[in-house]
Amino acid sequence: MNSAPSISSAPPPPPAPPAASPVSGSAVRPGDRIFLGLSRGSGIALLVIMAAIAAFLTVRSVIAVSGDHANFLTYFEWTASGTEPKFGIAVLAFGTVVSSVIAMAVAVPVAVGIALFISHYAPRKLASLLGYVVDLLAAVPSIIYGLWGALFLVPHLTGLYSWLDDYLGWTGIFSYADEAPRSLFTVGILLAIMILPIVTSVSREVFLQAPKMHEEAALALGATRWEVIRMSVLPFGRSGVISASMLGLGRALGETMAVATVLSPSFLINTSLLDGGGGTFAQNIASKFSEADEFGQDALIASGLVLFVITLLVNGAARLIIARRKEYSGANA
Amino acid sequence: MAKRIDVSGLSAYYGSHRAIDDISMTVEPRSVTAFIGPSGCGKSTFLRTLNRMHEVTPGGRVEGKVMLDDENLYGSGVDPVAVRRTVGMVFQRPNPFPTMSIFDNVAAGLRLNGTVKKKSELNDVVEKSLKGANLWNEVKDRLNKPGSGLSGGQQQRLCIARAIAVEPQVLLMDEPCSALDPISTLAIEDLIGELKERFTIVIVTHNMQQAARVSDRTAFFNLAAVGQPGKLVEIDDTERIFSNPSVQATEDYISGRFG
Amino acid sequence: MSNTVTARRPVADSAPLPVSLKQPRLPRWAPAGLAAAAAAVGCGIGLAAGLESRIQWGLIAALLFVLGTFLLAAAVEGTRQAKDRLATSLVWICFLLAVVPLASLIWETVARGIKVVDGYFLSHSMGTLPDAMAGGGIYHALVGTLQQVGLAALIAAPIGLLTAIYLVEYGRGKLAKAVTFFVDVMTGIPSIVAGLFVLSVWILILGFGPSGFAGAMALAILMMPVVVRSTEEMLKLVPNELREASLALGVPKWRTILKVVLPTSVGGIATGVMLAIARITGETAPVLLLVWGAKTINSNPFEGAQQSLPLYVFQQWQQGSDASYDRAWGAALVLIAFVMILNLVARGIARWKAPKTGR
Repeated sequence: MNSAPSISSAPPPPPAPPAASPVSGSAVRPGDRIFLGLSRGSGIALLVIMAAIAAFLTVRSVIAVSGDHANFLTYFEWTASGTEPKFGIAVLAFGTVVSSVIAMAVAVPVAVGIALFISHYAPRKLASLLGYVVDLLAAVPSIIYGLWGALFLVPHLTGLYSWLDDYLGWTGIFSYADEAPRSLFTVGILLAIMILPIVTSVSREVFLQAPKMHEEAALALGATRWEVIRMSVLPFGRSGVISASMLGLGRALGETMAVATVLSPSFLINTSLLDGGGGTFAQNIASKFSEADEFGQDALIASGLVLFVITLLVNGAARLIIARRKEYSGANA
Repeated sequence: MAKRIDVSGLSAYYGSHRAIDDISMTVEPRSVTAFIGPSGCGKSTFLRTLNRMHEVTPGGRVEGKVMLDDENLYGSGVDPVAVRRTVGMVFQRPNPFPTMSIFDNVAAGLRLNGTVKKKSELNDVVEKSLKGANLWNEVKDRLNKPGSGLSGGQQQRLCIARAIAVEPQVLLMDEPCSALDPISTLAIEDLIGELKERFTIVIVTHNMQQAARVSDRTAFFNLAAVGQPGKLVEIDDTERIFSNPSVQATEDYISGRFG
Repeated sequence: MSNTVTARRPVADSAPLPVSLKQPRLPRWAPAGLAAAAAAVGCGIGLAAGLESRIQWGLIAALLFVLGTFLLAAAVEGTRQAKDRLATSLVWICFLLAVVPLASLIWETVARGIKVVDGYFLSHSMGTLPDAMAGGGIYHALVGTLQQVGLAALIAAPIGLLTAIYLVEYGRGKLAKAVTFFVDVMTGIPSIVAGLFVLSVWILILGFGPSGFAGAMALAILMMPVVVRSTEEMLKLVPNELREASLALGVPKWRTILKVVLPTSVGGIATGVMLAIARITGETAPVLLLVWGAKTINSNPFEGAQQSLPLYVFQQWQQGSDASYDRAWGAALVLIAFVMILNLVARGIARWKAPKTGR
């Protein structure tokens, strides 16, 4: 009974499909040829666009970096104009990584918690409603998070920050000089809130797919609800949670507007995360763009290329992890 | 160690739908009791009320009493987790934990309870359970391989080993052979014969020959019509049920006139 | 019994059982009671210590609740139950932690936006209005957003659709693998990078000025992979038997795709395209780089700077006056409403035209 699907699942490539050829002799129908051409052409167009993105960004970056009178990777300032332009991405790389790491550290555990709440704890009606709401929240545009972050979240964080300063200030990371907390830490929190819905949504999907029979197996052994989750849901969902987190990380790394509205940027690496200052790739592009001349725009493009490469690496890593964990997916049982 | 189960006036619901109605029966210790009946007659639902697994299903709820010796499973203050620990279960499809090795699968229940602390003691219990499930000789060289790499019949015996490792009083089996080939089925049936010396066993089966082969007593369930709740028609010694049942419907079902 | 191995033969003796099925349990109202108590104590501490931030009050209460539940359960019910309760309370806290900011976000936007949005706001542009003055509207931004998003969809939807058809119906071999891989890569492009790409080609190399069309190209790049992915998923749901039935009747493949495969999955595809549109509607960064923003109505997307809703929100926020904040919230409300309606309609279609496989 498997013979029938196998015919259609492996049709001979470009030449006419099996059913058509006997009827029309050896000629390929023009309709088929046009349609195949169109759809294949679209695929090729997509590849061309990707190649063009990589090529043009690289070309412009080379122009910029070769005109840079400082080390592009390690220099702290960004003066991409004048006769002797000096700019480097050290501060931007630091800020991007730190804010994204904070976002992940806050968002992933909470998202897993909410996903479990929806999939295994909440009453059924509430759960489906919540799932729906989370999906909707994932669609809220980032500029609105930015607006809310700047006008609502920032003023409400001062108390918390001076508190952190009181108790954890000695670490150096959490010292806080009473100014408006437009800092990398705030950016991290805002990014966490932003990626929460998408990470939750993907994790919830995975948790809901955890095979019922393994949960029942654990239950029948006398496992508590948490033990059931630990034995059968989390192992099954692990790779899904990782890919969800990477998806969120990708968004956090490239987020522009929410960072641009909340952060008060400066080209300094501040060891205290609560104090303002620092910057991220995307934010720097957005805020420097309007005053940049053509060379300045090239310099921004070069930093954009670095951001692009970083996000590519993150996505690639996610895919590798998932591929490696496939054997544990439990789908084979 | 096996205990007697005494059910009286038990009904189970899915939301507002009554799946089984007013069932009373006694299951003798150290014996095999088989549940037979047409599809949808509620025999699996009834089985799942015996270790409070029914209430895990959304909307699932139970009325009535299930006495395990002198304790009511549905009495106030009874912890369902403790019930399931005392009344083990084997499912229709073999369901070893896919991320765990064979050893860890068997040890899973023991680790939960934390009763067995020492590694050597754990090894002993795992070995004993696997021997008890007639699986030891086949897997002793690959205890650290994932359990999902075994054949279907071996997986089911692994699940039985996992269930008996925590030393339950009662072992419930929900069509344990329906997903297996005849040879694996035979191995499980032999195993059931050995296990009844230590446990009270209740088995749901679609296969009447199987019921006749393995069980001491047989209960026949039926339902008046689709959508009606399932009822217990009669329970008696297996021999009587298959030779001279007291209810006409039982005879009709057994002789293949319906179902 | 002795300790020798043989004496353990009856396995039951080696693993003592719980004597009774009844375990000491906390009453059913215990979690709710503890939560109330923790909240009260949290507020109490907050008031007494004069903590100005409500966030701190909440954190203290949450910590008390989690710890209290764990310790109480550990004392009464044992460690296993305590761990279970700990997990439950943490999951609840996570839920609350997330609900509070997200609810606040929606609430702030609606509450502050609703005061601004009216017929005038929707039908007028900023014109020459000074930034600090109240008044003005978003008409020019609405026009710009609709045109840019429309153009982007016109470019991206056909390419995305056809690419998905290629991957599912024809795609074998290296080309298909490469396309699949690069669609994945494209999904991860940060929106600002897409903007930079169009900037480098369209403006820096080809020498065009800013325009709605330039923005639309960047938005199209962001939209394409989303359309490909969702369409692919939907086409894969179409059972093979349907295709075979049609092919077996001698219908050519392209007609099979057009008349059998696409109609079967049209609901899901429409949903995917609409969700992708909703996503790019809120994109700000590429628009900032390529369309620049304007105060007046420019209804020609191919010439000159235009405005768009998300960019309008950003620029009004940048002005930093009370009047411009109000306008930013108003535009944010309109934007959120637009995106939400698109989402709701799209999901409605998905439910209405659910693929005819399974339930």
